Amino acid sequence: MTEPVLSVRGLTVSFPGILGRVPVVRGVDLDVHAGEVLCIVGESGSGKSVTALAVAGLLPQTAQVDGSVRVKDTDVIGADAGTLRRMRGRDVGFVFQDPSTTLNPVLPVGRQMTEGQVALGLLPRREAGARAVELLREVDVANPEGRAGQYPHEFSGGMRQRAVIGMAMAGRPGLIIADEPTTALDVTVQAQVLDVLDRRQRETGAAVVLITHDLGVVAEVADRVAVMYGGRIVETGQVEDIFARPRHPYTAALLHSIPRMDTTDRRLDPIPGNPPSPAELPVGCAFEPRCSVGGGRPKCLAEDPALRAVEGGGATACHFWQETPPAMQPAEVRDAPSAPAERQTLLEIRDLKVHFPVRRGILQRVTGHVRAVEGVNLTVHAGETVSLVGESGCGKTTTGKAVMGLTRATAGDILLEGASVLGLKATDMRSARRKMQYIFQDPFSSLNPVKTVEDIVAEPLHIHGLYNEMGGAQRIAELFDLVGLSTSMFGRYPAEFSGGQKQRIGIARALVLQPRLLILDEPVAALDVSIQAQILNLLEDLQKELNLGYLFIAHNLSVVRHISDRVAVMYLGRIVEESDRDTLYDMPVHPYTQSLMSAAPVPDPVAGRSRERIVLEGEVPDPADPPPGCAFAPRCFRATGICRSAPPPFEQYAGSESRAACYHAGPLEPGQSRQRTGT
Amino acid sequence: MKQMHAILAALRGLLRQTGATLGLGFLGLIVLIAVFADLLPLDPLGQDFLRTLEGPSRDYWFGTDELGRDILSRVVFGARTSLVTAAGAVTIAALIGVPMGLIGGFFGGWRDAVLMRLVDVMMALPAILFAMALIAVFGRSQGAALLAVGITGIPGFARIVRAQVLTLRKRDFVVAVEAFGGTASYNMFRTILPNSWSQILVQVVVLSSVAILLEAALAFLGVGVPPPTPSWGEMLRTGKSYLHEAPYYAVLPGIVLTLTILAFDSIGRGLSRLIENPRDAALQGSLK
Repeated sequence: MTEPVLSVRGLTVSFPGILGRVPVVRGVDLDVHAGEVLCIVGESGSGKSVTALAVAGLLPQTAQVDGSVRVKDTDVIGADAGTLRRMRGRDVGFVFQDPSTTLNPVLPVGRQMTEGQVALGLLPRREAGARAVELLREVDVANPEGRAGQYPHEFSGGMRQRAVIGMAMAGRPGLIIADEPTTALDVTVQAQVLDVLDRRQRETGAAVVLITHDLGVVAEVADRVAVMYGGRIVETGQVEDIFARPRHPYTAALLHSIPRMDTTDRRLDPIPGNPPSPAELPVGCAFEPRCSVGGGRPKCLAEDPALRAVEGGGATACHFWQETPPAMQPAEVRDAPSAPAERQTLLEIRDLKVHFPVRRGILQRVTGHVRAVEGVNLTVHAGETVSLVGESGCGKTTTGKAVMGLTRATAGDILLEGASVLGLKATDMRSARRKMQYIFQDPFSSLNPVKTVEDIVAEPLHIHGLYNEMGGAQRIAELFDLVGLSTSMFGRYPAEFSGGQKQRIGIARALVLQPRLLILDEPVAALDVSIQAQILNLLEDLQKELNLGYLFIAHNLSVVRHISDRVAVMYLGRIVEESDRDTLYDMPVHPYTQSLMSAAPVPDPVAGRSRERIVLEGEVPDPADPPPGCAFAPRCFRATGICRSAPPPFEQYAGSESRAACYHAGPLEPGQSRQRTGT
Repeated sequence: MKQMHAILAALRGLLRQTGATLGLGFLGLIVLIAVFADLLPLDPLGQDFLRTLEGPSRDYWFGTDELGRDILSRVVFGARTSLVTAAGAVTIAALIGVPMGLIGGFFGGWRDAVLMRLVDVMMALPAILFAMALIAVFGRSQGAALLAVGITGIPGFARIVRAQVLTLRKRDFVVAVEAFGGTASYNMFRTILPNSWSQILVQVVVLSSVAILLEAALAFLGVGVPPPTPSWGEMLRTGKSYLHEAPYYAVLPGIVLTLTILAFDSIGRGLSRLIENPRDAALQGSLK
């Protein structure tokens, strides 16, 4: 076998903490060969990013790094700055998570892409311009000659990330490290970027280390997978083996806890508890406190298992790996969604429009409007979950905020239990707000940092003067119990809680006024997968118990399929398709829905890779200047002349539950999308 | 109760920094002495005509002035003048500036425009000239000096609070209060203000040192508190005429003044450092 491009042995990294050094990476061994894609998967705090930074020698001075890291023929640990710099320019390319902060905003993109090569003397300065154009062309940026001289703000997010990939590849490195390269991007753009990364990797034969938390992305691109937990690799293996026959209870539990697009009949099986903090690792196996296999056996409690090879390839760090549950375990079956007898209408949105004025010049004259929401109709019944799905900028959050009265509606009407909530007096609006509540995406910023969590949950009661009437501290304690928190946490501040706990606090606060309707704006998007499952299950239980109506806003199609009763797909301010969940997922008729579904990564390396994928061109247009006719036409594979002339009506699609706004609505025929997939 | 938590956390953070600890110590000493000056065997007004312009001795630790008054006593009572001016000025500035910043930042639009233009006007006033104009109208008094310093301190508070409101206004926890029906004033005073205490505290410290300097400057120009009330600036003013015969006369009060300003500044710097780089969770909660 050939020499690996990257070889890591016994890597340990620790950072200074309040009580001595905190071990973040505890003994990692890795080999990556040319032409191979290794995915490192793990939750936050598992040490995956630190491992990547250590490989590139990018850790700060305060980090204590031991072990050995070899990239080609460079020993990274202990190398001097000059050696490292040469190595990064020649042998290693790095792609960071957020393309909007990776690029320097005051330098033209083309110049940045070749800057490193020029500085290292690998590229003559006068050839830099031509090389930049070439690099941009290689990563599918349209009009590379014109684009090379532009600044990062003139690039869209997906284009920026492709430019960063081009930059990482500029020196034709043998190793590319990509740290969550698509996490900040929309699914259709993610598909483009993964496509480019995959193609460039095959063309250059580079080895790729891709770090991600998304098992769908792993299944899509990986050859080999390393699962990290608590600063160590707990399992490695070929991607098919990992997904089909996990050999570590953590891998199996992760697979059980993710919602899937292809199944709906099972309740999620979350991993209990939280990922360990590197400062407070258990003595024995780091996963033992959350493990379903260990069950408190003395060996697990006392001895941290070593990573050892097992028959059939791969390696696991578990004492009892033979007992690992299978990947597809029939978990607890969910109750079939029973059609409720009387379905009380909670929320009715009628032809809602929200326009934001665009002001220009010193006189601040209104020169145009951003049409964030352009005619949305939607109904939510009690006990029902209606989801709004779409990419960023499609107007789904604005719709939610307009319902809450946090954003002023321009036209249309919003009825809550039959009464309009638009144009209410301040006092009437306050009482209307008792019936509906909002749950925010980011649990880290939605809780007031200077209040104790008890006060945070009680705050709505105080505002409405209902604290004593609703039972005071007793009521708060009930709510803590309802969302699975302990009342012993009352006096603590939000900073002392983990993300999942904070989201529970946010849910408790939303429920304290006994609302009928919850508007959930990406409630699990900021959480680790194992915690996501806990929160989704909690939301399902609460809905059943309290007969709540949910307006669920999300971009993650698997989560939406799992939780929804009905789904509406939004594109550029309009609903393009709406149906009951299973009809929409089994037979989408709008080409945008079809593209979204095909772009979403599927956590199944066999079926996922064989399916037909539609990679959309371009990105969502600017809502201040939407294309004429159907807004999706410029990216659509079915578009014809009529699509560009007038917006299509929103109509029932014959023989189906679905309604869609498309002249050419219809199920996807095999091969149909091919004609325009080349980007 | 809640505020105590934040203050104690800030104090603990300050005491971890050498500079800020020294500053707090010196300032604490000055404040203690100023408050309990009456209990000390000091007499700032009594004159000993036989011993004028005398150097430091066992009887007069800081020496005596041209009228034979004890300079140490005058420095101690002068601290009162300085601290009262500073406290009064900061109170005026904060009581007017903080609500201005809250309202302007929270509502935006015309309210913001009007308030901020007002702030611009106040910023344009040179503090000393403005103070002298006030004194010309109201006569020499501690009140006039205090008012002048207070009014020129308003823009500092208004701007800092407005900037803080603008960053917090769109944060989810503020929107959340709106979503469950909290009124604008509830949000301003119960949500945003408690999250701005640390920034306000820094401004209090900064303005205190500015106020003390300004009060000294006015006295130095001869328009400060009327004699015979002791004031550090006044002592510098008369002391400078005797720099050759009695250097300690101006130098010792000058040193005390400098150290006091230094103490305020090191506390202010310590606080800013805490805001930028909070070490523990409690601090993160109270200062971020």
